[in-house]
This record gives sequence, C-alpha cells and structure tokens, in this order.
Amino acid sequence: MQQKVFEHRLPNGMVVLGEPMPWLESVAFSLLLPAGTHNEPKNRLGLSGVTLEMCQRGAGPYTSREIVEQLDFLGVERSSSVTTFHTSLSMAAMASVLEPTLEIAAAIFRQPHFPEQELEEARQSALLELASIDDDPAQKCFKELKRLRYGELFGRSSLGDEKGLAETTLVDCKTFQKDHYHPDGAILSLAGNFHWEHFVATAERLFGDWKGNALAKHPKVVSIPGNSHLEHDSQQTHIALAYDAVSYNHAEYYQGRGLVGILSDGMSSRLFAEVREKRGLVYSVSASSHSLDDCGSVLCYAGTTAPRAQETLDVTVATIRSLGQGIEPDELKRLKSRVRTSLVMEQESSSSRSSQMAYDWAYLGRVPTRQELLKAIEALTCESLLEHYRQYPPRRWSLVTIGPEPLEFADAVSQ
Amino acid sequence: MQFRSEKLDNGLEVIAEINPEAFSLSLGYFVKTGSRDETPDMAGVSHFLEHMMFKGTEKRTAIDVNRELDDLGSQSNAYTSEEQTVYYMSVLSENQHAALDLLSDMMRPALRDEDFQTERQVILEEIAMYDDQPPYGAMERAAEGYFGDHPLSRRVLGTKETVAQLDPDSMRTYHQARYAPNNLTLVAAGAVDFDQLLLSVDELTRQWKPSTAGRSLNQPVPRNEDIAMVHPPATQQYTLQYSPGPGYCDENRYVSRILASILGDDTGSRLFWELVDTGLAESAAIFTQEFEECGLLCAFLACAPEQHDENWAMIQKILNQGKEAPITARELELAKNKICSGMILGSERPSNRLFSVGNAWTIRRKYETIQSASEHYRQISIETVQKEFESLADRTKVIVSVGPEG
Repeated sequence: MQQKVFEHRLPNGMVVLGEPMPWLESVAFSLLLPAGTHNEPKNRLGLSGVTLEMCQRGAGPYTSREIVEQLDFLGVERSSSVTTFHTSLSMAAMASVLEPTLEIAAAIFRQPHFPEQELEEARQSALLELASIDDDPAQKCFKELKRLRYGELFGRSSLGDEKGLAETTLVDCKTFQKDHYHPDGAILSLAGNFHWEHFVATAERLFGDWKGNALAKHPKVVSIPGNSHLEHDSQQTHIALAYDAVSYNHAEYYQGRGLVGILSDGMSSRLFAEVREKRGLVYSVSASSHSLDDCGSVLCYAGTTAPRAQETLDVTVATIRSLGQGIEPDELKRLKSRVRTSLVMEQESSSSRSSQMAYDWAYLGRVPTRQELLKAIEALTCESLLEHYRQYPPRRWSLVTIGPEPLEFADAVSQ
Repeated sequence: MQFRSEKLDNGLEVIAEINPEAFSLSLGYFVKTGSRDETPDMAGVSHFLEHMMFKGTEKRTAIDVNRELDDLGSQSNAYTSEEQTVYYMSVLSENQHAALDLLSDMMRPALRDEDFQTERQVILEEIAMYDDQPPYGAMERAAEGYFGDHPLSRRVLGTKETVAQLDPDSMRTYHQARYAPNNLTLVAAGAVDFDQLLLSVDELTRQWKPSTAGRSLNQPVPRNEDIAMVHPPATQQYTLQYSPGPGYCDENRYVSRILASILGDDTGSRLFWELVDTGLAESAAIFTQEFEECGLLCAFLACAPEQHDENWAMIQKILNQGKEAPITARELELAKNKICSGMILGSERPSNRLFSVGNAWTIRRKYETIQSASEHYRQISIETVQKEFESLADRTKVIVSVGPEG
C-alpha cells in the first residue's frame, strides 16, 4: 500500500497533484475548473456545457478536427463533463505521450477559438442530448430529483433547458469562459507512470502564466424535502429517493459511508437481500453517498413493474430504517474487507486515482492516503455506526417517481 | 507475463495468464452455453440459470453465497450471452483458494424450487426494464430477422412467455448437460499461483462427470428485410442494421474492426463528423459483432424522427461509397493507434485480461498477448481495408426501425 502523493501550488492558485504508479504503462489526468452550472445566468441554463463543447471545437494551434485527430493519433481516451460546481476534462494515455496530451488540454481551457460557424452544431448536439433523456426514465428520474432537492440554483441539470440552449450566443460562451475558467481554484491531478519534477515543469510551462481572479463564494446548499411524480407510459415505475446524510468533508463521513455500504455494497447488502433476493421485487436497487458542497445525501434507486412499486418503496424505506435497529458484526466485517480490497485494486487504474485525487482536493483541500482511509474504516464499530445513525437519522426525504401511477410516501413532503 | 494451460482428467481446462507483479487476480468459469444452445421453448434458460447459480448449493445457502462473495472483498458478477455464460471474481492473491472453492461450488447449484419462483420475478423485472429502454427490442428483432431459423436468432433473456413456462426440472436437465467439466474452462489472470490453482481445482471438481455437450455450427443464410416497429412513448427514432461480417475465428475480423472504427466509431470517424459533431444525430455508429462461426457488421442511429430519413441516407452513403471515397492512409493510422492504445490501457486491470484471454481460448483455442494482438492490427494494409470497404455495398441487410409512429 506504499503511496506518495505530491502537491504543488502554482503562484496563480492552480493546484498540481501527482501520484506516481510506476508499475503502470499509462498516465491519466483530470483537469478540474471551478466553473459549474450554478455559475450560469438564470436565462442561460446549459451554458456551461455548451461553453465546454465550444472550447473543444478549436483551441490553440488546433482546429476542431485537429483536436480530435491529434488525440486519436496519440491514442488518448478522454471525457469531459460539467457538474454543479465544476467543469472537468479527463484524459488517459500511454506514459510516453503525456506532454503533447497535456498541451491539448491546456489549449482547450486557455485558448479556445469559439468558431462562429460551429455554435449551431454545438447547440443542436446539446438539444438532442437534452431531448434523449425523455427516452431514459431512470436518468430523467434523477434529473428531476436533483431539481426538486436542491432548488433552482444548485439543482440545475448539466443538460440545461431548451430555452437557455436556444438563446445561448457566442458572446455568452466567451464571457462564461473569461469569467469562470480561472487557475485560482483549478486542480490538475495526474496518476500513473511519470516523473514528478518533469510534470511540475510542464504544468508551470502550460499554466504558469494563466491569470484570473478568485470567485465569489456561493450561498450554502440546503436540501429541500418534497415529492413529485412524472407520468410515463412504461411497464416499470422508477423510484429515486434521497435523504440527508453527512457530506464528504464532514468529520464523520466514513461512519455515514459505512452505513450506506451496509445498505448497498455487495450482494449481501441489506437492500439487495431484502428487495431483490427475498422478495424478487426488482432487478435493480441501490443506494449511494452524494455530496454537494456541505450538503450530504444518500440517493437510492429502485425500478420495478408498476403494480409492485408501492411495496418496493415501502420495503426500501423500511430497510433503510432497519439500520437503526443495529449493525451485525458480520456486516461490518464484510464492509471492511471490501474496502481493503478496493483500496489495493485502486492501484491498478491510473484513471480512477487521478479523478479521485481531484475530487478529494476539491472537497477537502487535501488528498487522504490509502493508509489514512484504511485507518478510518478499521476504526468503525457496530456501536459507532449505530450511534451515527441515531445522531443523523434519515430525514428531509425527497422522492421522485416516473411511471404509470404516483406512490404514497408520507415522509417526503415539503416543510 | 506467462501463459499456462492444463486439462484435467474430467475434461475441465484450466488456463492462466500469470503476472506476478499484479495486485490482484481474477478467476472465472467460462461455460460454453448461451441462448444459441437452447431449444425455442426453453428460450432464456441459460440466463435464468445464471441467476440461479447464486442461489446456493448443497453446502451453502443463497445467503452464504452472497456473504462469502462479499467476505472475499471480491468484485464478482456473471453474464450470459448468445454463446457463453461467465462467472467471475477479482480478489487479492491471498484469497485465491477461497475464491476458487466458492466459485467451483457455485457451479453445482441446488436449484431449489422456492428460489426458482422468486428469481423468476427478478428475471421478469429485467425483461420489463429492457422493454422500456431504447432501442425497445430493436436488437432482438434484428437478430430474429437476420438469423431466421438459425439458433443465434434467440433472445438471451427469453420472452415473458418462455420464462413464465420454464420449470426447475428442465433447468436441472439443462444444467447437467451444459455445465459438464468438458464444457467449462477455468480462466485466471493476474497474480495467480498456477500450481496451487491446479491442485485445488482438481480436488474440487474431481466428482464432476463429463457429458456429450456440443454445439452445432451453421452458417446463417442472411436475408434482406425492412422492419418497422412502433413504440408510442418513444421520443426519438432508433434504427439498427445487421449485415454479414467476419466471425470470431475469421482472420478478416481485424480488417472489419478497423473499417468499422474508420467509418463509425464514437470519435473522429466519418459518421462522427457527418452526423454527431454536426448535431444531426444523438448517436450514430458502425460496429462489429462476432460469433463462433459468423459475424455481423452493424449500423445504429438515434435521432429526432423528423431528421431520421436524411440521416439514415447519410449512413447508407457512408457505407456504400467504397469506390468514391477510398480509405486514406491517415484514417488507417488513426484507427490503428486508437485500437492498439485502447487495448493497452484496458489491459492494466487483470479483470479485463480475464475476458480477452478466456474468450480467445474458449472459442479459438489460442492465447494471444497484447503485443501480438497489436501486431495483427499494425500489419493490415490499406489495400485490404479498402477491399473490405468496397465489398460493403453488396451485402444483404436487415433493418429495424422503432419510433413513436409507424
């Protein structure tokens, strides 16, 4: 479990992180900017996504086509995304092509061309993506849950809305990039086979002269209880459920995460056993921890044919509440064993390490080591988990269903 | 990296790609059985059985199985396809024996009646889930149209009707025939102790009896057919085309994969630039599917219904302009780089190697390193790809389109 995480802060505020994994042939990096959907003007929902797309349609010395061709030539696997608070670009490649790959990434964020003739195409792509969610009820369910639970500002979807996308102009994109793509608060995290000193020198060359101001703080994120049903002509009803929990930056996060593990990690977890194995109610049921700044939630999903949906919801909620009756030593043992294994296996993937490091820094301002994590998990006891549950019981429920009929759930009401 | 293989007296083959440097190892039983090996009235039994394999054995209850899987800290799962059923887990090397003991015991399930009835509900939920999802059964319909009477026309999940009719006794008979040691391969990848593995598996499977399980291979007789389906809740139009392509044992498959990448993969392909980058289609792709004795070249489109006809015409144009728009050297180079780099990046986890090594051995009886697979792609000439491209225009095709209106 030997591990070394390097940190370096450029004078402009950008943080550079590196974890050497010399046994791999690959490198992977994440470049995270503090620009998300909450930065969009109210009448331009979707602008952060369109801006990110436009940045990739020509930047630095490359045209739109050259960016794609060059990345394909280098054999780079990549993805980009926008969340409530961040815009990110992730790339993985063979170690030998790290430098030219980073050059392209830097150009995308720092020197986009914003070619006028491509805006219509970027807009059409975004509109199609937004429309396609109507054929994906499970995803639509979570989009609606986010809107309901976090409100207008923090509950925005990265897909935007039709009106915002239709009205977005090139000036909007340029302004968004100029105002929000800043080194201050940006994170570049690299994992894999590389030399730290070389990497820092490259980061300084590519980002050292980047300038930009710190962003104003946004208001506090607060969860909003309530429920909503979207009618859909389908065989299955999709259930998305959320309740309050401690957030990723909370001192007791691993207690909360442990409870979610007991609920949903593995085939012996309570939700899988009660909802699927014993009753055959669903094919798919799960729970996961989710944080938006200081606001933590547990998000649950279950999909089941409409006549059995009410029972599925009732059993799911009862199973969540069963945590309050105590945790079995066996359950805790399995949880610890899973964490230990996954921490070892994490060393097999540069991509998962680089994105985890960026996420850690964004939330905690530091990168916990595997040893530290292991220690926190080993310290969990059945008593401490139960005590945590009692201190932070599920509350402030939000429920969204999509399907033929709405469901009854008295606790998910607006307060 | 070292490759080892052995055959036990009962016919069970054990193979491993050993990488002493790896942090973990992956183990899997590859069963040569899938929907193509079923009779029509038992459609879905392979997949249903796969679910039942987690429901306990003579020695273990269903709860024991699930708890042990989690106890080992493993990442474990199973899947069923037209041609195989695979059970696999990834564990730390200290757990090699425990994992093998559990996985081997699972291959001899109790198949209890009451579990059968509960699990049937889960399968019906799975079928309902896929029925609600794009492309709303178009893939299954295209396989039925293309393969006709050929066994590859059968649905992996079966249908609500066939699953409702299945009974535990016929499943037991099917299991006995198809899960015989001579129809199974134990595959391992990563930090494997092969000698220990052999000793353990020999002891654990000594009682297993071989069967006469086989598989009939026939070339399908491809047809031309246009099928329209209506799914009123859909908002987009989804169209899928199946044409003949090389199979998994055909040397020409490398050429076909490169061609599919040039014409229609998700970045930088001809389709990408024409339809996806321009915002005309939500998704447009050309890809291959390979089976033991035959294969497919497939095209897929998802877009707004009003833009469908024009987009589909563009896909046809791209597929059929072998003579007018020949493959360029640059396109070939980019496709090779993309494929080869993707293979190396994907191979860092032993769990990914498990499938490459297992599939190559169970279907082609070959072991191939990443270097030699890369070499296959690297040596393909532009003339060969061009020849394959020009032959596309003459291929038969089954097209299925599903959308909100007929």
